[in-house]
Parts: sequence; C-alpha cells; structure tokens
Amino acid sequence: MTVPTAPSASTPAAALQGAAAGDRIFRALLTLAALAIPVLLGFLVYELVQGSELAIQRYGFRFLTTSTWDPVTDEFGALPLIFGTLLSSFLALLIAVPLSLGVAIFITEFAPSAIRRPIAFIVELLAAIPSVVYGLWGIFVLIPFLRTTVFTFLKGTFGFLPFFQGPVYGQSMLAAGIILAIMVMPYIMSVTREVLAVVPASQREAAMALGATRWEAAWTAVVPYARSGIVGAVILGLGRALGETMAVTMLIGNRHEIAASLFAPGYTMAAAIANEFSEASTDMHLAALSYVALVLFGVTVIVNALARVLIWRVSKGRQSGGAGL
Amino acid sequence: MLLAEEVRPRIATAGMTAYYGPVPGVKNVSLAFAPNQVHALIGPSGCGKSTFLRSLNRLHEETPGARVTGLVSLDGEDVYGSRVDLRRLRRRVGMVFQKPTPFPTMSIYDNVAAGLRLDGRVPRAVLNHAVERALTVAALWAEVKDRLHTSATALSGGQQQRLCIARTIAPEPEVILLDEPTASLDPQGTQRIEELLFNLKERFTIIIVTHNMQQAARVSDTTSFFYLGELIETGVTRQIFTAPKETRTEAYITGRFG
Repeated sequence: MTVPTAPSASTPAAALQGAAAGDRIFRALLTLAALAIPVLLGFLVYELVQGSELAIQRYGFRFLTTSTWDPVTDEFGALPLIFGTLLSSFLALLIAVPLSLGVAIFITEFAPSAIRRPIAFIVELLAAIPSVVYGLWGIFVLIPFLRTTVFTFLKGTFGFLPFFQGPVYGQSMLAAGIILAIMVMPYIMSVTREVLAVVPASQREAAMALGATRWEAAWTAVVPYARSGIVGAVILGLGRALGETMAVTMLIGNRHEIAASLFAPGYTMAAAIANEFSEASTDMHLAALSYVALVLFGVTVIVNALARVLIWRVSKGRQSGGAGL
Repeated sequence: MLLAEEVRPRIATAGMTAYYGPVPGVKNVSLAFAPNQVHALIGPSGCGKSTFLRSLNRLHEETPGARVTGLVSLDGEDVYGSRVDLRRLRRRVGMVFQKPTPFPTMSIYDNVAAGLRLDGRVPRAVLNHAVERALTVAALWAEVKDRLHTSATALSGGQQQRLCIARTIAPEPEVILLDEPTASLDPQGTQRIEELLFNLKERFTIIIVTHNMQQAARVSDTTSFFYLGELIETGVTRQIFTAPKETRTEAYITGRFG
C-alpha cells in the first residue's frame, strides 16, 4: 500500500475549484435576488414621491385633511379617500373576524374529521375568486338583497343612530364593507385554522382534565395560546382589505364625501386611483392621484407596523412558543 | 387480591378494554385502587398503561375513534354511565400530564384558579383561599407567593409541574392521575415531586404511570405491571419488586426487556 506524496494530477483540483465557483455563483445570484426586494421598494417610493411632487409642493400635509376633490378647478384633498379606506376595512374586519374565528374554531375543535378538510377547502376557495367577479356578484346579487332586507331592517330598527340614516341607494360604504369581509375571510380563517391546529393537544387535554367542555377548552386554553398568531391572521386580512380595489369600486358608490351614514356612498384610495388615473388630464390631477398612492402606501406601512407591535406585545412574556408570526 | 377485604376501592375497573379504532390498546383489565395510597402502573412503552389511565377520567374517548368497553367505577358508581356529567367526573378525578401544561397566557394565580373558574363566578376571597391552599399543598407557595400575578411560563420545569399539580388539586378531587409526571424533569425536580406524592396520599388517591422502576419502588404502595395491553401482575410494591409471580414481570423488573 502506497501513500501518494506528490500533488495529484490537475484534473481533480480543477474539479474542486469548479464546485467552489458554482457555489459562489449560486450565492451571488441569491444575494442579488434578496437585494432586489429592498431596491425595488426604494424605487417604488422614489417614483411615487417624484410623481406626486407637484401636489406635495402645493398642499403639503394639508392634502390629508381637506375634503375638496375637484378636477375642474384643480383642487384636491384626500381626507374622504383616507376615511373611506379605513372605514370600509374596519367594517370588513368587524364582520370577518368573528366569522372566521368561529369557522376556524369549529373546524379545528368540533367538526367531525370527515368534513374538516372539505369545509376548509371550500372557504379557502373563496380566496381564488377574482375580485371583479366579487364586484359583479355584489352588484347583481348582494346589493339587491341588502337593499330589500338587511338595510331596511337596520334602518327600521337602528334608524335612531346616525350610522343608519338617510336614503338607501344600495351602493354604499356598508355594501363595500360586507363584500370586503367576504373577501378577507378566507385569509383570516385559513391562517387562524393553521395556528389553532398547531396548539399542542396537551393544552386542550389539560383544560378538559379540569372538567372543561370542548367549548370551554377552546376558549380558555386553545385560543389564548394561539392569540399572537390570530392577531397576525387579522393583520393579513386587514392588509388585503386596505388595498382591495375592483370589488370595492363597484360597490362603494365612488363619491368623494365623508358621511356618517353607512348607507351613503363613499370612496377609497385604491378605488379612486384606479378610476381616475386614465381620465386625469391635468398634471396636478395626476400628481394628486400619485400622492394618494403614496398615502395609501404609508397607511399600509403604518398599519403593519402597529400590527407588528401588537403581535410583539401579545406574545411578550411567553416562553413556550405559540405559533406566532 | 392486594386489598384488605374491608377496604372499599376508590376507583376500580372490571373487564375494561380501551380501543383505538378497531385496535384494543388495553385488553380486559380488572384492577382496584384503594383510597389514600399511591398506585404505580409500570411497563414498557406502548404497553397501554397511559391509555388505561386516560380511560379512568374518560379522556381516552376524546381521541377520535377511541372508545372504552367494560366497567369503570368511582366509589361504586359507573363512570361510563349514560347520565354521567363529564365535568363532575373530572372534578373528582384530576389529571397531571407528562409535560408540564401550564396555560401560557395565564398568570400563576389564574392557572391554579382555572378549574374553579369553570363553575362560573367564584367570590374573590374563596378563590384566594383555594389558590393559596392548593399551592401550599403542592409545595410551591413559598416560591411563588410574591409573584402570583406573573406569567406561569417564567417558572422552571419542575415548578411548572408542581403548578399543574396545584391546578389539579385546587378543585379538591378524590383521585389524582399522573401520567409520567417526572419524565421531563431533572433529578432535583423529580425528587421534589416524589416527596410531594408521599404527602398527597393523605388526602388523595394517587395513580401514577411511570417508566422509571426505581420511582415506582420508591413512591408507591401497590404496583401493576402492564405488557402489550394486558395487565400481567398487580400487588403490593415490595412483593412485585422482590418476589414477582410472573416471569415476564421479573424479566422487566430485572431489566431484561423494556
């Protein structure tokens, strides 16, 4: 048996070098891909600021607090749009959160195993329906239904509240909120279902061993254990609701106006940008729309930041891990 | 039988079989547990001792497809009777699990009070008293009395397990089931739980599943050996460990398998 002492032939060494080079190239490619995201974001913000410069110079922050939107006289203020975006998303969450939480708890805690998957699948299928289809369905089915039943009921029963007064057109803030609720529900439900499913069985059993019913075990042990994940699910839904455009613009009535009544039409930032961009004829109108886009971007960033803080505070002081985001 | 004739068992099974779907995990077991003693269930992994334990407070049936046949009685009353209220049953038969299972979002105080609160509103003074008593019995009061309202997850593993014991005894059960309660603890934590069991049996009937034969020998009054879902032998602990009747028991105890 001999042990070679001289350096071996050049071929194996070259093969080794080749492999290292491949690794380096792969790494460089991945680094590039990772860097592309913040760079892209930077360009996006830069372009938005560039595009809205005219409006920023003329209005500054006053843009956020004034309500006139008149392309004819070139006067623009985005408050009704901001209001509409926030209110419609709030209404959506108000309806969607309890519903999705209920469905998710039902699926993970109560449903017979044979129907768990089908129900989850069908709810998640809702997420696959294109936005414009929701819009059409909203116009032809939802609004007529709401106008004849829900809206008249609300007006008759809670008409003393300012939220349920005034004429009922159909296209309204409430209709937009409801369609948004239906659209964000699958996201909230499916993430909630996943975080509930990974709660250790021992938590459920510990509660039941104390005498808790399944329902009590779900509320006292399972849901609290998963709460940071559930907050994350709600934030995901909120993010979708804030940016949703097509279905909202078909149902909200598209009027630059702040009304106390939920039966009144409104407008959202996303809907206004989509509707008016092709018709904007003056530079100032274009700049104002661009400014709106910047504000929308800012609002989503702020909402997400607040959500992060919320998740962080909810999960703080907890060592044994829940399925946080 | 190991029981003196005049002692009425606290909890007993007769011909009990526990299934997972069509497969029996525990086959035709008849056992009786005298009050105020520590009863150990030993045997290799998968021998059915935990399934047996979980059948006593009807937790086994919460697993999809699982069911139990035969008889289980608590103070002579059929545990599987059609009109049995699970809450009342589990109130009388508490359970502690292998891994400490404190509710992580609750404080130490709320954890101990969790079982009592299931009954609805309990006056604060009553609750305070019950929490302090349970923590004292579980030998945890001195360590946590100044931080009752902090998170339970900040406690060490051994403390968490004693917290779970406190949570189990707060509603004053008659029987405490422990499913390998020291399996995830260090020797020190294990020792404290074992000492605790010795004191707990004055007030409760204790059935403990353990992998650790030394533990069974140290803490229990009676020992039952399970193998492949069957009860092989039961008797006074000293007799089981010194003069087992069954060769399989002897083989397991002397470490020839398991």
